[in-house]
Amino acid sequence: MTIKSEPFVVNVGPQHPSTHGVFRLRLTLDGEKIVDADMVMGYLHRSMEKLAEERTYTQNIPFTDRTDYLSAMTGNLAYVMAVEKLMNVEVPERALWLRTIMAELQRIASHAMAVGIFANDCGAWQTPVMHMFRDREKILDLFEMACGARLTLNYMRIGGVSKDIPVEWMPQAQRLLKELPDRFAEYEDLLLSNEIIIARSRGIGTLTPEQATAYSVSGPMLRASGVAWDVRKADPYGAYDKVDFDIAVGRNGDVYDRFVVRLAEMRQSLRILQQAFERMPAGPVHARLGTATVQPWGQAVAPLAYRPPVGEAYARIESPRGELGYYIVSDGGPAPFRFHIRSPSFINLTPLKLMSVGMTVADAIVILGSVDIVVGEVDR
Amino acid sequence: MATRTKFLSGLDIAHRIEQRFPGAVDEALPEFAMIKPERLIETLTYLRDDEELGFKFLSSLTAVDRLEWFEVAYHLESFRLNQATAVKVRTFDRENPKVPSAVTVWQGAHLQEREAYDLMGIYFEGHPDLRRLFLWEGFAGFPLRKDYLNLPGGLNAGLERFPGEQGLDFSGRGTQ
Repeated sequence: MTIKSEPFVVNVGPQHPSTHGVFRLRLTLDGEKIVDADMVMGYLHRSMEKLAEERTYTQNIPFTDRTDYLSAMTGNLAYVMAVEKLMNVEVPERALWLRTIMAELQRIASHAMAVGIFANDCGAWQTPVMHMFRDREKILDLFEMACGARLTLNYMRIGGVSKDIPVEWMPQAQRLLKELPDRFAEYEDLLLSNEIIIARSRGIGTLTPEQATAYSVSGPMLRASGVAWDVRKADPYGAYDKVDFDIAVGRNGDVYDRFVVRLAEMRQSLRILQQAFERMPAGPVHARLGTATVQPWGQAVAPLAYRPPVGEAYARIESPRGELGYYIVSDGGPAPFRFHIRSPSFINLTPLKLMSVGMTVADAIVILGSVDIVVGEVDR
Repeated sequence: MATRTKFLSGLDIAHRIEQRFPGAVDEALPEFAMIKPERLIETLTYLRDDEELGFKFLSSLTAVDRLEWFEVAYHLESFRLNQATAVKVRTFDRENPKVPSAVTVWQGAHLQEREAYDLMGIYFEGHPDLRRLFLWEGFAGFPLRKDYLNLPGGLNAGLERFPGEQGLDFSGRGTQ
């Protein structure tokens, strides 16, 4: 016998630990079953796309840190790649390798957070997160050595990176690279076969490959559904065409597979880093652009304002959350005419209703956790 | 080892569309093909379903205010054939810009069209749930339009020059 109850509305958020920021989920429930899910967003909307139209191309780089603040390196990278495409800039070899290394370190840090917080959503309150923070801290230390900041890095520049890594950087990074495989083995040991995590996430929020593609889902979510699409492989940027790695693919497209794909990608990032540390060449880290001058110690002093030719460019990369694209339209002036961010966290939320209708409230929390949103990037 | 995504130029795409739907293309440039709004949905469906094109993935949908017209840009990708392209549609009506909704072609357009409506004020006809997204219902105007605040410079609110730019004498510090 099924008992029908009067539908009622539950607000999850905007201030709730499981919404990963200020994000509100309006769930219409029938008993404990979700019959409708509506997203209310915009609490962190800063209108970056409008602000960017009033600033030079170089001044816009810090904005890209503040969209996806857990993955500032990839935000920087996608933006400068779009501007370089517009200006037809040839980036020096060492800068490409440095960008690859930084993007992969950032991927490990970001996925560590995603996996830790996901375990948090599943009920393993704070302990896994603290373990993950231990690794993330060491990566942030490396970022601090390279560019002086830990969260909003502002490291990439149009035509290269802001400065070369200091001499102490490489030994410390090598040490970290030796430590991490054991840590990852520990996490896989503790989490992958954990009975509670399996019970909470297997068969929840399933997306078929066709659904995932049609809903413009990208990144680990797409790959968990069994679509082997990775921009790093399909359209290599940086030095990804010179390193060897595998695409982690899931089978069922459920919450558990997304979590497994993220853990597997952290392993693959280590492989990329190992090869990059061995093969990174010496040389300049910034292209000579217009009046840019490179100081004897390798730091590039870029001109204050670039004027790319009239036109438009769309560049996309594989950020930890998915396909991060920047669409820049130039009218020949010193500021972009239009600056659009194709943010993966935002677009990955499109099938949220599809995934959560028919599930329970507790499932909706892990489904939202598996999308791995960063509200700064959702709202922009 | 290095395979790259093949970008189908707007001219190539426009040629293919013209062969299938004569008169559907408005303008073709290497970067994109501009499609007429009344032929948009059948053209997008063709781009999605054709064997040689196969653009099953809508990578990005966004709107641009070009002062004389509004345009909506679709960046498409095909995983199977590893190729990408861009098509656009435009409307000259500034008071009430309307474009057919692509949600029936790609579900992924749902939130992106809501965003374009919220910030640029493009009405996507046939969208199942066209509401404000980041801003609230009743918010006056559409912020990403160039005439939103009527800043100095009229429609073109962007700054013309920046202090410190080469060849610019700006008061206070003199030329360097």
